[in-house]
Order: sequence, then structure tokens, then C-alpha cells
Amino acid sequence: MPVTLYDKLWDEHLVQTDDTNESLIYIDRHYLHEVTSPQAFEGLRHKQLKPWRLDANVATPDHNVPTDRGNTFDAASIKDEVAKIQVVELDKNCNNFGIHQFDITSNKQGIVHVMGPELGYTLPGMTIVCGDSHTSTHGAFGCLAMGIGTSEVEHVLATQCLKITKLKNMQVNFNGHPQRGVTSKDIVLHLIKLIGTAGGAGHAIEFSGSYISSASMESRMTICNMAIEAGAKVGLAGVDATTLDYVKKHSNLSDSMFSKANEYWQTLKSDPDANFDQTIDINVSNIRPQVTWGTSPEMTIDFDADIPSQGDIDEVNHENLLLAKAYMGLDESKTLQDLSFDRIFIGSCTNSRMEDLRDAASVVKGKKISKDITEAIVVPGSGMVKAQAEEEGLDKIFVDAGFLWRDPGCSMCLGMNPDQLKPYERCASTSNRNFEGRQGNLGRTHLMSPLMAALTAVNGKITDPS
Amino acid sequence: MINSIITGIVATFNRDNIDTDQIIPTEYLKSIKKFGFGDFLFDGWRYLDEGRLDMTADDRSKNHDFILNKEPFTNAKILLTRDNFGCGSSREHAVWALRDFGFKAVIASSFGDIFYNNCFKNSVLPIKLTKEEVNHLFEISSLSPVSFEIDLLKKDLKFDGNYSYSFDVKDSLLDRIINNLDDVDITLEHKNHIEAFEQKRRHQRPWLFDYSN
Repeated sequence: MPVTLYDKLWDEHLVQTDDTNESLIYIDRHYLHEVTSPQAFEGLRHKQLKPWRLDANVATPDHNVPTDRGNTFDAASIKDEVAKIQVVELDKNCNNFGIHQFDITSNKQGIVHVMGPELGYTLPGMTIVCGDSHTSTHGAFGCLAMGIGTSEVEHVLATQCLKITKLKNMQVNFNGHPQRGVTSKDIVLHLIKLIGTAGGAGHAIEFSGSYISSASMESRMTICNMAIEAGAKVGLAGVDATTLDYVKKHSNLSDSMFSKANEYWQTLKSDPDANFDQTIDINVSNIRPQVTWGTSPEMTIDFDADIPSQGDIDEVNHENLLLAKAYMGLDESKTLQDLSFDRIFIGSCTNSRMEDLRDAASVVKGKKISKDITEAIVVPGSGMVKAQAEEEGLDKIFVDAGFLWRDPGCSMCLGMNPDQLKPYERCASTSNRNFEGRQGNLGRTHLMSPLMAALTAVNGKITDPS
Repeated sequence: MINSIITGIVATFNRDNIDTDQIIPTEYLKSIKKFGFGDFLFDGWRYLDEGRLDMTADDRSKNHDFILNKEPFTNAKILLTRDNFGCGSSREHAVWALRDFGFKAVIASSFGDIFYNNCFKNSVLPIKLTKEEVNHLFEISSLSPVSFEIDLLKKDLKFDGNYSYSFDVKDSLLDRIINNLDDVDITLEHKNHIEAFEQKRRHQRPWLFDYSN
């Protein structure tokens, strides 16, 4: 019987099955960061347990680290005393339990979902978990990757397994060629608009079609990253030559080990005619640049479309719409192009890789950011991205235009470190969530591609990227 | 058997897609403890000022229009809401905050997948009903404060005197709430299976065990 990629990965990692309840799934890679791990380590200590398999774990601080650090910065230099405790706690836990960490002083430190693949810790066919919902990013490598809660972090540390129920299979076929100015970010935002933030709930979404086949690993990561915004905790794509090229370049496996693995990795795709519970076909040639207007990622429109108003919508959605418009400071007549922006954020586990920075730099080169913009920041996703961008001179392009060039971290994707919006500030952001207060109390977030965010920096307003 | 009946006041949240950032904002994720989040539940809606981890509800300026600041909802035990409750971030702190406030059950037409799992680790019962059933419960709750009774063994929800809805939930998940079981202890009973599986895997997929950078 033909089998989907998700089902293959499930079967491959099944330790013990229970058809009606949960099954035990073996975990190959566990990423840890400072925010969702301290209570898990405390649980281990309380039960007098040690991590089951040390070499499956890799840690780095990313969520609450400041991004203007410089060379002499260490954990003790963090000014926010509460955030400092968490970063120091991760240092202590990793040292005490013997877990490999790229700490705040490491030139490889970064957002865990950017750093992991770059250092070759993400390999095709793995099960990968992390106490972070954007772990779906790693599905781009033909992995079964998902975000977990802190109790599950403790469970994986203690048992190397996760106790979960099997998901259904959804297939999203992206075919065609994107128009000029349309990127992987626009394509995934369009999908979320179409199926809603609960559209993929209970499913693993496999992304396929001619667009995915021709897309870079970075674009595939952006799309799998936001599967969770479409409600699916697992997003994934089959392994092909693009995947294997990336892995060859980034892993340090010996040639003989690589070819041994390669044989298995080639099988990591859905069989032709595999059965999906749901299939969605999308022609990406028709997609236009997307920008969110509201407080949920599904509140997305074409950049030049009218902001939805109360029309033929039902009572609950009417309530959702009014609340979102009030929060975002939008009155009935406005289009997104009428809005004035205060802040620009280029970064996050969705859009802080080389492809994203090159896209943004191409728009900014030789220009200055608008006088209306009070602060524009570029936050590379990892030490490796930062070094590479500096080698290519991108940092200079950004700085010359008036951007601030920062050190790696989650930064303004979530209001946990000093990079935050002030109340009512409007931000063009390449991150993944426009929830109320996400970028700072009462801040207003519009999600878009790095290209659009850079263009908004230059013009102070949303404009046509084509 | 313990914890098999949940009764209490119902607080309603008439909106879809309430994400875990609303349930507890990131500021409070800086705690390294597993308890003490109740005062920060729905922080952005519940208070007019910005809070910090070292503050309590008494230190804050309350939004008196917000349901959890009104009697009798300050003692609510059951939360009734719409679609996709707990979507977004995987933060288990969202469940810890609901639990610490006193919520024992959340009723919705659907839940975020990760949030749903996290609930069972912390004795908070998520109940999925159909949209029509949820609509009906909203109607009942809109006139005056009501109480529901949830029977975990019978898997039913009693309201408005003699009416009830049954709900579906996996027995193994329910068992954790009823008997307050710990997942790690349960899984380690199968230690030999895991070891055998790992041994086989080490042989079949050696590249996964031969890696450092």
C-alpha cells in the first residue's frame, strides 16, 4: 500500500503502539532553549533522573537574549535580572547534566531553528522536538518535527520518547511560478488566509508540488515554519536533491557515512498515490504579495486590497473582526497602503536566513529608510548568518540605509527581550505572529515578507513590490 | 478514584482563536517555576497597566469590564469559548496559568493541538463539543451566571437541570487527570522496549549516533 512521508516517519520511530490511545515515538534530536526548559530540568532533578541520551540534545539561548551585545557580552551582562536568571539557569543545567550548548558567548549561537540545520544537527528522517511551536521548521528536511510543552521536554529528556497520538495527513500542492515580488512568506500567508489558523489542526501538512521542488531549503523552512500558524504542529516536505545538497554542505558526516545515509534518505518522500485525508491545490502564479491586517495570521489580504469590513459574516466572526480592528487602530475606510509605520523588524525563525537578508538588502541598497520610521532593525538568525552577511557586505547596505544591525536572537518576534514595540506603534514585521501584544504591550504587528518589510522601511508605507 | 467530577461557575469568552500569548503574555515566561501564574492569566485583557513577574493581582489596575474581574466569575472553574482555543505558541505556562487561577475544564469547538496535549499533563480537562452544542451553551450562559457539572467517568457534561452533552476523549489521557498520573513514570515502565528499539536503531541508522559539531 502506498504510504505518506509522515506515515513512513511515524512507523520508523514507533517504539510501542496503542491504536486507541497514545503511542511511544522515539526522538532522534531534541533542541532546548532557556525559556521552556528550566522546569523540565527541575523535574529530572526531583525524580533523580539523568537525560536518557546526552548526544541527542543540543541547546542555545535565543528567546530572551538582548540583540545589541557586541564582543565582550556574556550572560552576566544581561540587564533584565529575570531574563538573566533564565539564561544562567540554562548554562547551569547544560553544565550539570552534560548537554552540549552554544551559549550566549558562542559565535554559533542563534535562533534554535536557524542554528540547528546550519550546523547539521537536523538530518533527514529524524524525529525532532523542541519546547517551541516553530519546531515544524525542520520538517523541510523530511523530518517529523514538532513543538512540545515543558512536561514533554522533561519526558523526552528522561525517556528519549514522546507519548503521542498519530495525526491525519494533509497535502498542500503548490504549483506554478510566483510573480515578481512574491516569496515563500507570501505563499504560506496565502495558505493560512485560505484555510484559517485552525485549518490544519489534527493534521501533518506535507508541502509538495512544482513550486516546492524548485524552492530553496530556506524557502521550504519558511513554509514549514508557519505550518503551526495554519493549525498544524507538523509541516514537512519530501527529500530531494536540494535537501541532500544542503545536508552535504552543512553536516560533518564522513563521506562513507553520508553515502550510507543517502540511500535511506532517498526514500523519504510520499509514495505516488499515497492517500491523504485532505488535499489542497494552490496555483502560486496567482498569489500576490500578502500582508496581515489583524491580530491573527489568518487575517491576511493582498497588500493593496481593502481591509475587510462587517458584511456577510456571521456573529462570532463579526465580533472577532471588530475586536481586531479596534486593537489595530483601523477604521472602516482604510486600506493597508494608507497606514504609516513606526518600526521595521527583519528577523525571526521564519525570516532571518541568508535568502531573507539578501532579499531585503536588494531593496534597500543605495536608499535611506523613511524619516517616519523611528527604528528599523535587522537581526540575523544565527552567528553563521551574521558572519556570512557581513562577508557579503549586507550589514553595510543595511547600516548605510539607516537600519540597526544586531546580534542573533528571537528579538522582536516576541516581547521577551529589550526589542519591543511601544504601545500603539505600528510595525512591519517578517515574524510569524500578529497576536495582540506579541511584539510588546498594545503594539500593532503587520506580518509580511522581508522584501515587503524592507520596502516599507524605505517608503514608510506599504507599496507595490513588483 | 479521585478527581472524577468537576463542578463550578462557567466564564464565557465569545471569540475564536484565543492564542496562548493572550492566555499568558511572554513577559511571564521568564519564570523558572511551574506554579504562580494565576495572577497573570489573560493579563492583557484583565489589567489596564503593564505587569511584571514580581507583581500580584493586588498591585495592578484592573479592567472591571473583564469577566474574570466580576463576581461570581472570580471563582470560575469552567471556561467556555469558541474555535481553536490555545492556538499559537507551545508554552505550557498557558495551562499553568489556567490551572493556577482555578480552572478545571475548558469547553471549546476546537483546540490548538499542542495546548490540548499540555492540558492533560496538568489536570485541566479540555472538552471538544460541536459548534452547535457550543452555541447552545453560550445561549444558556448569556442570561445569568450558570454552573455545569462534568463527569469524567461518564464523559458527560450536565447543564440547565437535566440536560447533558456527552464528549469524547481518549481514555489514557483522561486517566492521567482522574488518577493524577505522571507520564515519565508510566513510560519508564517500558524502559526495556525503548532500550531494545534504540539498540536496533543504532545499528540501522548509525549516522544518527555518530555526530558532533
